Amino acid sequence: MSARTDTDPTGTVLYDVLGPRGRRRARICTAVVLVAALAAVLAVGRRLADHGQFASGKWAPLFDPRDDSFELLWRFLGEGLRRTVLAAGLAIVVSLVVGTALGVLGALLTGRARWPLTVLIHLLRGVPVVIAIFFAARVLPDLGVDLDVLWYVVIGLVVYNSVVIAEILRAGLNALPGGQREAAVALGLSRTATLRLVLLPQAFRIMLPSLISQIVVVLKDTSLGFIVGYEELLRRGNIAIQTTKNPLQMYLVIAIVYIVINASLGRLAEAVERRTARSRSAGRAGAGPGEQAGPGEQDLRPALVTHPVEDEPPAR
Amino acid sequence: MDPFLDFAEPVLDNLDLYATGLWTTLRICWWSALLALALGTVVTACRVSPVPPLQRFGSGWVLVLRNTPLTVVFFFVAFGLPEIGVNGEYYWFAVAALSLYTSSFVAEALRSGVNAVPAGQAEAARAVGLTFGQSLGQVILPQAFRTSVPPLVNVLIAMVKNSATAGFFGVAGDLSWVGDTLTSGRGYAVVPVLLGVVIGFWVLVLPAGFLLSVVERKVAVVR
Repeated sequence: MSARTDTDPTGTVLYDVLGPRGRRRARICTAVVLVAALAAVLAVGRRLADHGQFASGKWAPLFDPRDDSFELLWRFLGEGLRRTVLAAGLAIVVSLVVGTALGVLGALLTGRARWPLTVLIHLLRGVPVVIAIFFAARVLPDLGVDLDVLWYVVIGLVVYNSVVIAEILRAGLNALPGGQREAAVALGLSRTATLRLVLLPQAFRIMLPSLISQIVVVLKDTSLGFIVGYEELLRRGNIAIQTTKNPLQMYLVIAIVYIVINASLGRLAEAVERRTARSRSAGRAGAGPGEQAGPGEQDLRPALVTHPVEDEPPAR
Repeated sequence: MDPFLDFAEPVLDNLDLYATGLWTTLRICWWSALLALALGTVVTACRVSPVPPLQRFGSGWVLVLRNTPLTVVFFFVAFGLPEIGVNGEYYWFAVAALSLYTSSFVAEALRSGVNAVPAGQAEAARAVGLTFGQSLGQVILPQAFRTSVPPLVNVLIAMVKNSATAGFFGVAGDLSWVGDTLTSGRGYAVVPVLLGVVIGFWVLVLPAGFLLSVVERKVAVVR
Protein backbone atom coordinates (compact mmCIF):
# COMPACT_ATOMS: atom_id res chain seq x y z
CA MET A 1 0.00 0.00 0.00
CA SER A 2 1.50 3.33 -0.90
CA ALA A 3 1.42 6.51 1.10
CA ARG A 4 -0.97 7.93 -1.47
CA THR A 5 -3.98 7.07 0.63
CA ASP A 6 -2.44 7.83 3.97
CA THR A 7 -0.76 11.11 4.79
CA ASP A 8 -1.92 13.18 1.86
CA PRO A 9 -4.81 12.35 -0.44
CA THR A 10 -3.12 13.89 -3.49
CA GLY A 11 -0.13 11.99 -2.27
CA THR A 12 3.00 10.55 -3.62
CA VAL A 13 4.50 7.33 -4.77
CA LEU A 14 7.82 8.24 -3.25
CA TYR A 15 7.58 6.32 0.00
CA ASP A 16 5.62 3.60 1.71
CA VAL A 17 3.36 4.06 4.71
CA LEU A 18 5.73 5.01 7.52
CA GLY A 19 6.72 2.41 10.09
CA PRO A 20 7.34 3.19 13.76
CA ARG A 21 10.85 4.51 13.15
CA GLY A 22 9.76 6.55 10.16
CA ARG A 23 6.89 8.01 12.12
CA ARG A 24 9.26 9.04 14.91
CA ARG A 25 11.54 10.67 12.38
CA ALA A 26 8.59 12.49 10.81
CA ARG A 27 7.55 13.72 14.26
CA ILE A 28 11.03 15.04 14.96
CA CYS A 29 11.07 16.78 11.57
CA THR A 30 7.67 18.27 12.31
CA ALA A 31 8.93 19.68 15.60
CA VAL A 32 12.06 21.11 13.98
CA VAL A 33 10.03 22.67 11.18
CA LEU A 34 7.56 24.21 13.62
CA VAL A 35 10.37 25.72 15.68
CA ALA A 36 12.02 27.10 12.53
CA ALA A 37 8.68 28.51 11.35
CA LEU A 38 8.12 30.16 14.70
CA ALA A 39 11.59 31.70 14.55
CA ALA A 40 10.93 32.97 11.02
CA VAL A 41 7.59 34.49 12.03
CA LEU A 42 9.23 36.20 15.00
CA ALA A 43 12.07 37.54 12.85
CA VAL A 44 9.68 38.91 10.23
CA GLY A 45 7.41 40.33 12.93
CA ARG A 46 10.39 42.01 14.55
CA ARG A 47 11.39 43.52 11.25
CA LEU A 48 7.86 44.76 10.59
CA ALA A 49 7.65 46.24 14.10
CA ASP A 50 11.03 47.94 13.73
CA HIS A 51 9.77 49.71 10.62
CA GLY A 52 6.52 50.74 12.24
CA GLN A 53 4.38 48.44 10.12
CA PHE A 54 2.07 47.59 13.01
CA ALA A 55 1.06 51.22 13.51
CA SER A 56 -2.72 51.37 13.55
CA GLY A 57 -2.71 54.10 10.89
CA LYS A 58 -1.46 51.51 8.41
CA TRP A 59 -4.08 48.87 9.15
CA ALA A 60 -7.14 50.70 10.39
CA PRO A 61 -8.26 52.24 7.07
CA LEU A 62 -8.42 48.74 5.60
CA PHE A 63 -9.54 46.62 8.54
CA ASP A 64 -11.28 48.81 11.12
CA PRO A 65 -14.85 49.81 10.20
CA ARG A 66 -14.74 52.55 12.85
CA ASP A 67 -11.90 54.28 11.02
CA ASP A 68 -12.94 57.48 9.24
CA SER A 69 -11.57 56.51 5.83
CA PHE A 70 -12.65 52.84 6.00
CA GLU A 71 -15.91 53.23 4.12
CA LEU A 72 -14.58 55.66 1.55
CA LEU A 73 -11.51 53.51 0.91
CA TRP A 74 -13.48 50.31 0.48
CA ARG A 75 -16.00 51.96 -1.80
CA PHE A 76 -13.06 53.17 -3.88
CA LEU A 77 -11.49 49.70 -3.95
CA GLY A 78 -14.86 48.03 -4.56
CA GLU A 79 -15.35 50.09 -7.69
CA GLY A 80 -11.85 48.98 -8.73
CA LEU A 81 -12.80 45.35 -8.19
CA ARG A 82 -15.96 45.88 -10.24
CA ARG A 83 -13.84 47.16 -13.11
CA THR A 84 -11.45 44.23 -12.77
CA VAL A 85 -14.36 41.81 -13.07
CA LEU A 86 -15.89 43.85 -15.90
CA ALA A 87 -12.68 43.82 -17.95
CA ALA A 88 -12.14 40.12 -17.29
CA GLY A 89 -15.76 39.28 -18.12
CA LEU A 90 -15.74 41.20 -21.39
CA ALA A 91 -12.35 39.77 -22.31
CA ILE A 92 -13.41 36.17 -21.67
CA VAL A 93 -16.70 36.53 -23.59
CA VAL A 94 -15.08 38.17 -26.61
CA SER A 95 -12.20 35.67 -26.49
CA LEU A 96 -14.67 32.82 -26.39
CA VAL A 97 -16.43 34.11 -29.51
CA VAL A 98 -13.24 34.86 -31.43
CA GLY A 99 -11.53 31.71 -30.18
CA THR A 100 -14.46 29.52 -31.19
CA ALA A 101 -14.49 31.11 -34.62
CA LEU A 102 -10.75 30.44 -34.99
CA GLY A 103 -11.15 26.90 -33.67
CA VAL A 104 -14.02 26.09 -36.02
CA LEU A 105 -12.12 27.58 -38.93
CA GLY A 106 -9.18 25.37 -37.98
CA ALA A 107 -11.44 22.32 -37.84
CA LEU A 108 -13.00 23.05 -41.23
CA LEU A 109 -9.77 23.82 -43.04
CA THR A 110 -7.67 20.83 -43.94
CA GLY A 111 -4.15 20.24 -45.11
CA ARG A 112 -2.24 23.18 -46.50
CA ALA A 113 -5.17 25.56 -46.21
CA ARG A 114 -4.79 25.43 -42.43
CA TRP A 115 -1.19 26.59 -42.52
CA PRO A 116 -1.73 30.37 -42.34
CA LEU A 117 -4.07 29.89 -39.38
CA THR A 118 -1.59 27.70 -37.51
CA VAL A 119 1.17 30.25 -38.07
CA LEU A 120 -1.09 33.09 -36.92
CA ILE A 121 -2.05 31.22 -33.77
CA HIS A 122 1.57 30.51 -32.90
CA LEU A 123 2.64 34.09 -33.54
CA LEU A 124 -0.16 35.59 -31.46
CA ARG A 125 0.55 33.19 -28.62
CA GLY A 126 4.10 34.50 -28.51
CA VAL A 127 3.04 38.09 -27.88
CA PRO A 128 3.25 39.11 -24.20
CA VAL A 129 -0.11 40.38 -22.96
CA VAL A 130 1.41 43.61 -21.61
CA ILE A 131 2.78 44.42 -25.04
CA ALA A 132 -0.58 43.63 -26.65
CA ILE A 133 -2.37 46.02 -24.28
CA PHE A 134 0.29 48.69 -24.80
CA PHE A 135 0.07 48.17 -28.56
CA ALA A 136 -3.72 48.53 -28.58
CA ALA A 137 -3.60 51.66 -26.44
CA ARG A 138 -0.95 53.35 -28.59
CA VAL A 139 -1.93 52.27 -32.08
CA LEU A 140 -5.73 52.39 -32.08
CA PRO A 141 -5.99 56.11 -31.17
CA ASP A 142 -3.58 56.87 -34.03
CA LEU A 143 -5.94 55.06 -36.37
CA GLY A 144 -8.78 57.22 -35.17
CA VAL A 145 -10.33 54.52 -32.98
CA ASP A 146 -10.73 56.40 -29.75
CA LEU A 147 -12.04 54.06 -27.08
CA ASP A 148 -12.31 53.96 -23.33
CA VAL A 149 -9.11 52.54 -21.76
CA LEU A 150 -11.22 49.56 -20.70
CA TRP A 151 -11.35 48.45 -24.32
CA TYR A 152 -7.60 48.63 -24.82
CA VAL A 153 -7.22 46.27 -21.88
CA VAL A 154 -9.94 43.99 -23.26
CA ILE A 155 -8.44 43.98 -26.76
CA GLY A 156 -4.99 43.22 -25.40
CA LEU A 157 -6.38 40.34 -23.37
CA VAL A 158 -8.45 39.01 -26.29
CA VAL A 159 -5.45 38.85 -28.64
CA TYR A 160 -3.78 36.29 -26.42
CA ASN A 161 -6.73 34.50 -24.89
CA SER A 162 -8.72 33.93 -28.07
CA VAL A 163 -5.90 31.89 -29.57
CA VAL A 164 -5.51 30.00 -26.31
CA ILE A 165 -9.22 29.20 -26.39
CA ALA A 166 -8.92 28.15 -30.03
CA GLU A 167 -6.20 25.72 -28.94
CA ILE A 168 -8.29 24.45 -26.03
CA LEU A 169 -11.17 23.90 -28.44
CA ARG A 170 -8.91 22.01 -30.81
CA ALA A 171 -7.76 19.78 -27.97
CA GLY A 172 -11.40 19.25 -26.97
CA LEU A 173 -12.34 18.26 -30.51
CA ASN A 174 -9.37 15.93 -30.75
CA ALA A 175 -10.35 14.26 -27.48
CA LEU A 176 -13.72 13.18 -28.85
CA PRO A 177 -14.06 9.56 -29.92
CA GLY A 178 -13.75 9.28 -33.71
CA GLY A 179 -17.04 7.41 -33.84
CA GLN A 180 -18.92 10.60 -33.08
CA ARG A 181 -17.89 12.23 -36.33
CA GLU A 182 -18.27 9.03 -38.31
CA ALA A 183 -21.77 8.48 -36.97
CA ALA A 184 -22.78 12.03 -37.83
CA VAL A 185 -21.40 11.67 -41.33
CA ALA A 186 -23.16 8.32 -41.69
CA LEU A 187 -26.43 10.03 -40.80
CA GLY A 188 -25.84 12.34 -43.72
CA LEU A 189 -25.03 15.51 -41.77
CA SER A 190 -22.90 18.05 -43.57
CA ARG A 191 -19.49 18.97 -42.17
CA THR A 192 -20.72 22.16 -40.58
CA ALA A 193 -23.79 20.41 -39.17
CA THR A 194 -21.56 17.67 -37.76
CA LEU A 195 -19.47 20.29 -36.03
CA ARG A 196 -22.37 22.39 -34.83
CA LEU A 197 -24.72 19.64 -33.68
CA VAL A 198 -22.46 16.81 -32.64
CA LEU A 199 -18.83 17.77 -32.05
CA LEU A 200 -18.89 21.31 -30.64
CA PRO A 201 -21.43 20.70 -27.86
CA GLN A 202 -19.36 17.79 -26.61
CA ALA A 203 -16.08 19.62 -27.04
CA PHE A 204 -17.37 22.54 -24.98
CA ARG A 205 -18.21 20.16 -22.19
CA ILE A 206 -14.70 18.73 -22.20
CA MET A 207 -13.30 22.27 -22.40
CA LEU A 208 -15.22 23.62 -19.46
CA PRO A 209 -12.55 23.04 -16.78
CA SER A 210 -9.82 24.58 -18.96
CA LEU A 211 -12.11 27.49 -19.74
CA ILE A 212 -12.68 28.18 -16.06
CA SER A 213 -8.92 28.04 -15.46
CA GLN A 214 -8.52 30.52 -18.30
CA ILE A 215 -10.86 32.92 -16.48
CA VAL A 216 -8.33 32.90 -13.63
CA VAL A 217 -5.56 33.81 -16.08
CA VAL A 218 -7.65 36.63 -17.53
CA LEU A 219 -8.60 37.97 -14.08
CA LYS A 220 -4.95 38.10 -13.10
CA ASP A 221 -3.93 39.73 -16.34
CA THR A 222 -6.44 42.57 -16.02
CA SER A 223 -4.03 44.01 -13.46
CA LEU A 224 -1.67 44.73 -16.38
CA GLY A 225 -4.15 47.50 -17.21
CA PHE A 226 -2.05 49.74 -14.98
CA ILE A 227 0.29 50.48 -17.88
CA VAL A 228 -2.51 52.25 -19.75
CA GLY A 229 -4.06 53.73 -16.60
CA TYR A 230 -7.13 51.53 -16.40
CA GLU A 231 -8.41 51.98 -12.85
CA GLU A 232 -8.96 48.39 -11.80
CA LEU A 233 -8.40 47.01 -8.30
CA LEU A 234 -4.61 47.16 -8.25
CA ARG A 235 -4.38 50.60 -9.85
CA ARG A 236 -6.94 51.95 -7.39
CA GLY A 237 -4.97 50.40 -4.55
CA ASN A 238 -1.87 52.20 -5.83
CA ILE A 239 -3.77 55.47 -5.98
CA ALA A 240 -5.06 54.98 -2.43
CA ILE A 241 -1.55 54.26 -1.14
CA GLN A 242 -0.54 57.81 -1.94
CA THR A 243 -2.83 58.96 0.85
CA THR A 244 -2.83 56.01 3.23
CA LYS A 245 0.92 55.33 2.95
CA ASN A 246 0.55 51.61 3.60
CA PRO A 247 1.81 49.70 0.54
CA LEU A 248 2.47 46.42 2.35
CA GLN A 249 -0.99 46.27 3.91
CA MET A 250 -2.70 47.39 0.72
CA TYR A 251 -0.96 44.80 -1.47
CA LEU A 252 -1.72 42.18 1.16
CA VAL A 253 -5.44 42.97 0.98
CA ILE A 254 -5.44 43.07 -2.83
CA ALA A 255 -3.59 39.76 -2.96
CA ILE A 256 -6.13 38.20 -0.58
CA VAL A 257 -9.03 39.40 -2.75
CA TYR A 258 -7.41 37.87 -5.83
CA ILE A 259 -6.52 34.64 -4.04
CA VAL A 260 -10.06 34.15 -2.71
CA ILE A 261 -11.65 34.71 -6.12
CA ASN A 262 -9.09 32.72 -8.12
CA ALA A 263 -8.80 29.84 -5.69
CA SER A 264 -12.59 29.48 -5.72
CA LEU A 265 -12.57 29.43 -9.52
CA GLY A 266 -9.77 26.88 -9.40
CA ARG A 267 -11.82 24.68 -7.07
CA LEU A 268 -14.79 25.02 -9.39
CA ALA A 269 -12.66 23.96 -12.36
CA GLU A 270 -11.46 20.89 -10.46
CA ALA A 271 -14.99 19.98 -9.41
CA VAL A 272 -16.28 20.32 -12.97
CA GLU A 273 -13.36 18.26 -14.22
CA ARG A 274 -14.06 15.45 -11.74
CA ARG A 275 -17.71 15.55 -12.67
CA THR A 276 -17.01 15.32 -16.37
CA ALA A 277 -14.44 12.58 -15.87
CA ARG A 278 -16.80 10.62 -13.66
CA SER A 279 -19.76 10.86 -16.02
CA ARG A 280 -17.60 9.87 -18.97
CA SER A 281 -16.10 6.86 -17.24
CA ALA A 282 -19.45 5.96 -15.69
CA GLY A 283 -20.94 6.06 -19.16
CA ARG A 284 -18.24 3.76 -20.48
CA ALA A 285 -18.41 1.33 -17.60
CA GLY A 286 -22.19 1.25 -17.64
CA ALA A 287 -22.37 0.10 -21.23
CA GLY A 288 -22.35 -3.64 -21.51
CA PRO A 289 -21.24 -5.35 -24.70
CA GLY A 290 -24.84 -5.45 -25.93
CA GLU A 291 -25.48 -1.72 -25.57
CA GLN A 292 -22.65 -0.11 -27.42
CA ALA A 293 -24.73 2.96 -28.11
CA GLY A 294 -24.65 3.71 -24.39
CA PRO A 295 -21.50 5.77 -23.98
CA GLY A 296 -22.09 7.87 -27.06
CA GLU A 297 -25.55 8.72 -25.93
CA GLN A 298 -24.29 9.56 -22.45
CA ASP A 299 -21.80 11.97 -23.86
CA LEU A 300 -24.39 13.73 -25.96
CA ARG A 301 -26.70 14.66 -23.16
CA PRO A 302 -26.31 17.99 -21.40
CA ALA A 303 -24.12 17.91 -18.32
CA LEU A 304 -26.87 18.19 -15.75
CA VAL A 305 -28.94 15.18 -16.74
CA THR A 306 -26.18 12.82 -17.76
CA HIS A 307 -26.33 9.99 -15.34
CA PRO A 308 -28.09 9.15 -12.09
CA VAL A 309 -24.69 8.69 -10.41
CA GLU A 310 -24.10 12.38 -10.85
CA ASP A 311 -27.13 13.45 -8.86
CA GLU A 312 -25.65 12.00 -5.71
CA PRO A 313 -24.76 14.70 -3.21
CA PRO A 314 -21.02 15.34 -3.46
CA ALA A 315 -20.57 15.21 0.32
CA ARG A 316 -19.11 11.86 1.19
CA MET B 1 13.27 54.93 -50.70
CA ASP B 2 12.16 51.37 -50.29
CA PRO B 3 8.83 51.45 -48.39
CA PHE B 4 9.89 48.52 -46.20
CA LEU B 5 13.11 50.21 -45.12
CA ASP B 6 11.09 53.35 -44.54
CA PHE B 7 8.71 51.46 -42.28
CA ALA B 8 11.46 49.58 -40.45
CA GLU B 9 13.63 52.66 -39.97
CA PRO B 10 12.88 53.15 -36.25
CA VAL B 11 14.02 49.59 -35.59
CA LEU B 12 17.04 49.70 -37.90
CA ASP B 13 18.16 53.02 -36.41
CA ASN B 14 18.12 51.52 -32.94
CA LEU B 15 19.32 48.00 -33.59
CA ASP B 16 21.95 48.31 -30.84
CA LEU B 17 19.23 49.28 -28.35
CA TYR B 18 17.16 46.27 -29.39
CA ALA B 19 20.18 44.00 -29.07
CA THR B 20 20.89 45.13 -25.52
CA GLY B 21 17.16 44.91 -24.78
CA LEU B 22 17.09 41.33 -25.94
CA TRP B 23 20.22 40.60 -23.89
CA THR B 24 18.75 42.19 -20.74
CA THR B 25 15.49 40.29 -21.10
CA LEU B 26 17.48 37.12 -21.63
CA ARG B 27 19.53 37.75 -18.47
CA ILE B 28 16.45 38.49 -16.37
CA CYS B 29 14.88 35.27 -17.66
CA TRP B 30 18.03 33.24 -17.08
CA TRP B 31 18.27 34.22 -13.39
CA SER B 32 14.52 33.94 -12.86
CA ALA B 33 14.42 30.52 -14.48
CA LEU B 34 17.26 29.24 -12.30
CA LEU B 35 15.72 30.59 -9.11
CA ALA B 36 12.19 29.49 -10.04
CA LEU B 37 13.35 25.95 -10.84
CA ALA B 38 15.30 25.75 -7.57
CA LEU B 39 12.47 27.19 -5.49
CA GLY B 40 9.86 25.10 -7.28
CA THR B 41 11.86 21.94 -6.62
CA VAL B 42 12.17 22.76 -2.92
CA VAL B 43 8.44 23.50 -2.71
CA THR B 44 7.63 20.22 -4.48
CA ALA B 45 9.92 18.35 -2.11
CA CYS B 46 8.00 19.92 0.78
CA ARG B 47 4.67 18.94 -0.72
CA VAL B 48 5.57 15.29 -1.18
CA SER B 49 7.42 14.96 2.12
CA PRO B 50 5.89 12.96 5.00
CA VAL B 51 6.10 16.02 7.29
CA PRO B 52 2.67 17.69 7.64
CA PRO B 53 3.80 21.28 8.30
CA LEU B 54 6.10 21.13 5.27
CA GLN B 55 3.24 19.83 3.13
CA ARG B 56 1.08 22.69 4.30
CA PHE B 57 3.84 25.19 3.63
CA GLY B 58 4.26 23.81 0.10
CA SER B 59 0.59 23.88 -0.79
CA GLY B 60 0.19 27.33 0.81
CA TRP B 61 3.07 28.64 -1.28
CA VAL B 62 1.50 27.36 -4.49
CA LEU B 63 -1.99 28.54 -3.53
CA VAL B 64 -0.82 32.08 -2.79
CA LEU B 65 1.58 32.64 -5.66
CA ARG B 66 -0.45 30.92 -8.33
CA ASN B 67 -3.55 32.97 -7.62
CA THR B 68 -1.93 36.37 -7.17
CA PRO B 69 -1.36 38.39 -10.35
CA LEU B 70 2.30 38.79 -11.26
CA THR B 71 1.73 42.53 -11.20
CA VAL B 72 0.72 42.40 -7.54
CA VAL B 73 3.82 40.33 -6.74
CA PHE B 74 5.91 42.90 -8.60
CA PHE B 75 4.41 45.83 -6.68
CA PHE B 76 4.70 43.97 -3.41
CA VAL B 77 8.38 43.26 -3.95
CA ALA B 78 9.32 46.57 -5.57
CA PHE B 79 7.33 48.99 -3.43
CA GLY B 80 6.43 46.91 -0.37
CA LEU B 81 9.81 45.52 0.63
CA PRO B 82 11.56 48.92 0.76
CA GLU B 83 9.03 49.77 3.51
CA ILE B 84 10.75 47.28 5.78
CA GLY B 85 14.22 48.33 4.79
CA VAL B 86 14.85 45.82 2.00
CA ASN B 87 16.34 47.90 -0.77
CA GLY B 88 17.88 46.90 -4.03
CA GLU B 89 18.03 47.50 -7.71
CA TYR B 90 14.81 47.18 -9.69
CA TYR B 91 16.59 44.62 -11.81
CA TRP B 92 16.85 42.22 -8.86
CA PHE B 93 13.38 43.07 -7.61
CA ALA B 94 12.10 42.05 -11.03
CA VAL B 95 14.06 38.80 -10.91
CA ALA B 96 12.75 38.11 -7.40
CA ALA B 97 9.11 38.78 -8.31
CA LEU B 98 9.31 36.79 -11.52
CA SER B 99 10.96 33.79 -9.87
CA LEU B 100 8.61 33.78 -6.86
CA TYR B 101 5.61 33.84 -9.18
CA THR B 102 7.00 31.24 -11.58
CA SER B 103 8.13 28.90 -8.79
CA SER B 104 4.50 28.04 -8.01
CA PHE B 105 3.91 26.93 -11.59
CA VAL B 106 7.17 24.98 -11.60
CA ALA B 107 6.02 23.22 -8.43
CA GLU B 108 2.70 22.32 -10.06
CA ALA B 109 4.44 20.95 -13.15
CA LEU B 110 6.85 18.86 -11.06
CA ARG B 111 4.13 17.52 -8.82
CA SER B 112 1.96 16.54 -11.76
CA GLY B 113 4.97 14.57 -12.98
CA VAL B 114 5.40 12.78 -9.66
CA ASN B 115 1.67 12.05 -9.47
CA ALA B 116 1.64 10.67 -12.99
CA VAL B 117 3.95 7.82 -12.00
CA PRO B 118 1.66 4.88 -11.24
CA ALA B 119 1.88 3.67 -7.65
CA GLY B 120 2.60 0.20 -8.98
CA GLN B 121 5.99 1.42 -10.19
CA ALA B 122 7.07 2.30 -6.66
CA GLU B 123 5.51 -0.83 -5.25
CA ALA B 124 7.31 -2.98 -7.79
CA ALA B 125 10.57 -1.18 -7.06
CA ARG B 126 10.19 -1.91 -3.35
CA ALA B 127 9.08 -5.47 -4.04
CA VAL B 128 12.28 -6.28 -5.95
CA GLY B 129 14.23 -4.92 -2.98
CA LEU B 130 15.39 -1.54 -4.18
CA THR B 131 16.26 0.88 -1.41
CA PHE B 132 14.48 4.22 -1.07
CA GLY B 133 17.31 5.99 -2.89
CA GLN B 134 17.39 3.44 -5.70
CA SER B 135 13.66 3.43 -6.30
CA LEU B 136 13.64 7.21 -6.26
CA GLY B 137 16.67 7.68 -8.48
CA GLN B 138 16.19 4.82 -10.92
CA VAL B 139 12.48 4.26 -11.13
CA ILE B 140 10.36 7.18 -10.07
CA LEU B 141 12.23 10.39 -10.79
CA PRO B 142 13.24 9.47 -14.37
CA GLN B 143 9.60 8.83 -15.22
CA ALA B 144 8.35 11.84 -13.28
CA PHE B 145 10.87 14.09 -14.98
CA ARG B 146 9.89 12.97 -18.46
CA THR B 147 6.25 13.76 -17.79
CA SER B 148 7.22 17.11 -16.29
CA VAL B 149 9.30 18.36 -19.21
CA PRO B 150 6.50 19.64 -21.46
CA PRO B 151 4.65 21.54 -18.71
CA LEU B 152 7.98 22.88 -17.40
CA VAL B 153 8.95 24.22 -20.81
CA ASN B 154 5.52 25.81 -21.14
CA VAL B 155 5.96 27.41 -17.72
CA LEU B 156 9.32 28.84 -18.78
CA ILE B 157 7.91 30.12 -22.08
CA ALA B 158 5.16 31.88 -20.14
CA MET B 159 7.81 33.27 -17.82
CA VAL B 160 9.74 34.83 -20.68
CA LYS B 161 6.58 36.55 -21.85
CA ASN B 162 5.73 37.60 -18.31
CA SER B 163 9.15 39.20 -18.01
CA ALA B 164 7.84 41.88 -20.39
CA THR B 165 6.07 43.38 -17.37
CA ALA B 166 9.46 44.24 -15.83
CA GLY B 167 10.19 47.01 -18.32
CA PHE B 168 7.10 48.88 -17.21
CA PHE B 169 8.32 48.80 -13.60
CA GLY B 170 11.38 50.86 -14.23
CA VAL B 171 13.78 48.03 -14.98
CA ALA B 172 16.01 49.80 -17.43
CA GLY B 173 16.97 48.27 -20.70
CA ASP B 174 14.82 45.20 -21.29
CA LEU B 175 12.78 44.71 -24.47
CA SER B 176 9.57 46.30 -23.31
CA TRP B 177 11.50 49.23 -21.85
CA VAL B 178 13.00 49.72 -25.32
CA GLY B 179 9.50 49.81 -26.80
CA ASP B 180 8.25 52.21 -24.17
CA THR B 181 11.26 54.54 -24.43
CA LEU B 182 11.37 54.70 -28.21
CA THR B 183 7.66 55.45 -28.51
CA SER B 184 6.92 57.53 -25.41
CA GLY B 185 10.28 59.21 -24.95
CA ARG B 186 11.72 59.63 -28.42
CA GLY B 187 8.55 59.86 -30.47
CA TYR B 188 9.21 57.08 -32.97
CA ALA B 189 6.25 55.54 -34.83
CA VAL B 190 4.50 53.03 -32.58
CA VAL B 191 3.78 50.15 -34.95
CA PRO B 192 7.30 49.38 -36.20
CA VAL B 193 8.86 49.89 -32.77
CA LEU B 194 6.46 47.55 -31.02
CA LEU B 195 6.64 45.02 -33.85
CA GLY B 196 10.38 45.04 -33.23
CA VAL B 197 9.76 44.29 -29.56
CA VAL B 198 7.32 41.51 -30.40
CA ILE B 199 9.82 40.00 -32.84
CA GLY B 200 12.35 40.06 -30.01
CA PHE B 201 10.00 37.98 -27.88
CA TRP B 202 9.27 35.65 -30.80
CA VAL B 203 13.00 35.04 -31.14
CA LEU B 204 13.08 33.97 -27.50
CA VAL B 205 9.82 32.05 -27.34
CA LEU B 206 9.03 30.42 -30.68
CA PRO B 207 12.15 28.20 -30.97
CA ALA B 208 11.47 26.88 -27.46
CA GLY B 209 7.89 26.00 -28.39
CA PHE B 210 9.02 24.35 -31.61
CA LEU B 211 11.74 22.39 -29.83
CA LEU B 212 9.20 21.29 -27.26
CA SER B 213 6.85 19.84 -29.85
CA VAL B 214 9.75 17.91 -31.37
CA VAL B 215 10.96 16.65 -27.99
CA GLU B 216 7.41 15.81 -26.95
CA ARG B 217 7.06 13.50 -29.90
CA LYS B 218 10.44 11.91 -29.17
CA VAL B 219 10.16 11.20 -25.46
CA ALA B 220 6.43 10.57 -25.23
CA VAL B 221 6.04 7.91 -22.56
CA VAL B 222 3.77 5.12 -23.61
CA ARG B 223 1.62 3.95 -20.72
